[in-house]
Amino acid sequence: MEDEPRGLLISPIKDGTVIDHIRAGAALTVLRMLGITSQTDEELSIATNVTSMTDEKEGKKDIVKVSNRELSKEEVDRIALISPHATINIIRNYIVVEKKGVETPKLLTGIIRCTNAGCITNANEPIKSVFEVTDEGLHCLYCDTVITTDIESHIT
Amino acid sequence: MKHIISIKDFGREEIDSLLARAGAIDAAPQIRKTLDGKQVALLFFEPSTRTRMSFASAVSRLGGTTITVDSIEGSSISKGETLADTVRVVSSYVDAIVLRHPKEGAARLASEFASVPVINAGDGAGQHPSQTLLDLYTIRQSMPLKGIHIGLLGDLRYGRTTHSLAYALSNYDVTIHTIAPPTLELPGSLVSELHKRGCNVQEHEDITDVIPDLDVIYATRIQRERFPDAASYYNVAESYRITPEILEGHKKEMIILHPLPRAGEIDPRVDALPCARYFEQARNGIPVRMAMLEEVI
Repeated sequence: MEDEPRGLLISPIKDGTVIDHIRAGAALTVLRMLGITSQTDEELSIATNVTSMTDEKEGKKDIVKVSNRELSKEEVDRIALISPHATINIIRNYIVVEKKGVETPKLLTGIIRCTNAGCITNANEPIKSVFEVTDEGLHCLYCDTVITTDIESHIT
Repeated sequence: MKHIISIKDFGREEIDSLLARAGAIDAAPQIRKTLDGKQVALLFFEPSTRTRMSFASAVSRLGGTTITVDSIEGSSISKGETLADTVRVVSSYVDAIVLRHPKEGAARLASEFASVPVINAGDGAGQHPSQTLLDLYTIRQSMPLKGIHIGLLGDLRYGRTTHSLAYALSNYDVTIHTIAPPTLELPGSLVSELHKRGCNVQEHEDITDVIPDLDVIYATRIQRERFPDAASYYNVAESYRITPEILEGHKKEMIILHPLPRAGEIDPRVDALPCARYFEQARNGIPVRMAMLEEVI
């Protein structure tokens, strides 16, 4: 039996950011966490369920490429919540000039919706939710609710 | 600028200092006019009798005056104004704000937008630091806080007073005995936090198992709506009722507290016993709230 021919699913980018080793199936959530919605005019390439020799979930991963934008550490670290093994590559003129992993931030501002309907952050007030990342889960600094499960579904 | 939002913001030294200040006020209340010429807004967006009246009394006894909002209907919040805007505006009228609000975290938000100190007088099922401080003050009137055995009795899952009190007591190497019906136990997350803070937590279902060990019984209301039907509620409520008979064998110095209002948790015959301190506890709301006001203004 012949091997499947291997090749690039999406083209290299000249300048921008490549987020690699995203957990398979999580690319769209990653975009949402980066504030990139369907209204964006940024040039994006997205590959999902790509075969990977190193990733979990039956050797699959997702990749996101954002052209002409270098994402800051604060922006990309949020991704660690759902994809702690993701790597960030900053590309300039087709060359990887910086490669780093993601680190779970200590505070998450405006990213998670509090699960407590009675929390003031769910009322019509001019504030963003603020969660502290702890060993137990995500701790709402307004109402003390701790979110321990299904964090992905609470991402705003 | 100092705010009082949550008992979790207090270390042991700060608690001790505030309780000592309340003690000094209690000893000589008539000579304090520290709020002379000052005005305090009591913003009560949720019903309250004891807390609102005792804050009003505390301000008045310190020589200050109050302006009050006592419902959402009577305020511009009913016209769609945010709490953030309300607090900004009221800040320009007064020297401090005392806030009760149905949403958890409301006091934290208010402190971020106010230009004067904010005292949390209860935010939904969240924090109510003045209640915790007066609970601690009442215990300390009878015994040092360090090393006591306290029994928390009743609805420990939803009762905010017991959560805050347990957290505050974890500063004092205490042993907490929880006595609650199944499904109304102290939340697991709080128990593990208390363990982490070095607190010994022992769970019980029957109060008679622990009566001889306790220095303090802290009783709370078991609410009817937590149960599927009236019969199961009455069964449980009856087995968690404090009566003179249940108290047999208690330590001589043991005291009973209750944040009030009580429903049927404490037999009225207990009121006459020397260990019944819940009315004294309610009275202590005045010096403790006076101390809190002095602390921030």
